[in-house]
Amino acid sequence: MIGTAHFLALSAVLFSIGAVGAVVRRNVIIIFMSIELMLNAANLAFVAGSNSLGSMNGQSIVFFVMTVAAAEAAVGLAVILALFRNRQTVAADEIALLKW
Amino acid sequence: MSPLVFYPLAFVCIASAMGVVLSKNPVRSALCLVSALFCLAIFYVFLQAHLVAALQIIVYAGAVMVLFLFVITLLNLESDRGLGERPALSGIGFCAGAFVAASLVAALSSAVAPGSRGVVLPQTFGTTKVLARQLFGDYLVAFELTSVLLLVAVVGAVVLAKRDGSYEGDEQDAAPARQSEEAPH
Repeated sequence: MIGTAHFLALSAVLFSIGAVGAVVRRNVIIIFMSIELMLNAANLAFVAGSNSLGSMNGQSIVFFVMTVAAAEAAVGLAVILALFRNRQTVAADEIALLKW
Repeated sequence: MSPLVFYPLAFVCIASAMGVVLSKNPVRSALCLVSALFCLAIFYVFLQAHLVAALQIIVYAGAVMVLFLFVITLLNLESDRGLGERPALSGIGFCAGAFVAASLVAALSSAVAPGSRGVVLPQTFGTTKVLARQLFGDYLVAFELTSVLLLVAVVGAVVLAKRDGSYEGDEQDAAPARQSEEAPH
């Protein structure tokens, strides 16, 4: 029988994959997708917890996370577009303007 | 949820997530992410979160990923070098990720007693009516603030993506020429 622990473990694995992607990739768009993956892993943990505790609070928070993620995607992709227009690159290690 | 459904679905989900991180082509990464989000929506259905599952497919796998694909095709990127030219640093990243995964799994598994099934869920659990009652009741202020956030995001995205932005890039000599030739916009 599959219980809450299985879903939490899956969510942990997905979160770690997203974290690795955000660290090792150079393409800003892929980094962005990895962040979306981490948000979704957190959502899975929220829904699993909501199901296990019999409380709807987790699902409400997932609703808010989705909204914030959509807003973040819109603004973030606009930033990437502006960045590409100015620097002609989306490689994260070539965008070192603020690096000391 | 039966193990016969869970384990294949979890495998597809993790494989798609690995595809997002490992594939060289950004379009392939985006399609892998759609597949992972779709698997998560199926999990949500089994966890009695029907509205959340529908929103996941409509908002995430639909709207957000279409936005990603638009930007990828708009930038016309050639395939980049995947994990980059420094495999040692990537190796360190993967080792750290494996460590994070192991510690998270250990911590989360010990947080739930094995075999505990929690409470018996009511028949209406996860329906739109219950979720809406909560969103417009307990979370009303947060809900309204979210709408303000979305408005700010829309305005911000338009300002940032506007073509004749007044911020200065590195090619300051090229900027006036570009602005003048696109002045009719």
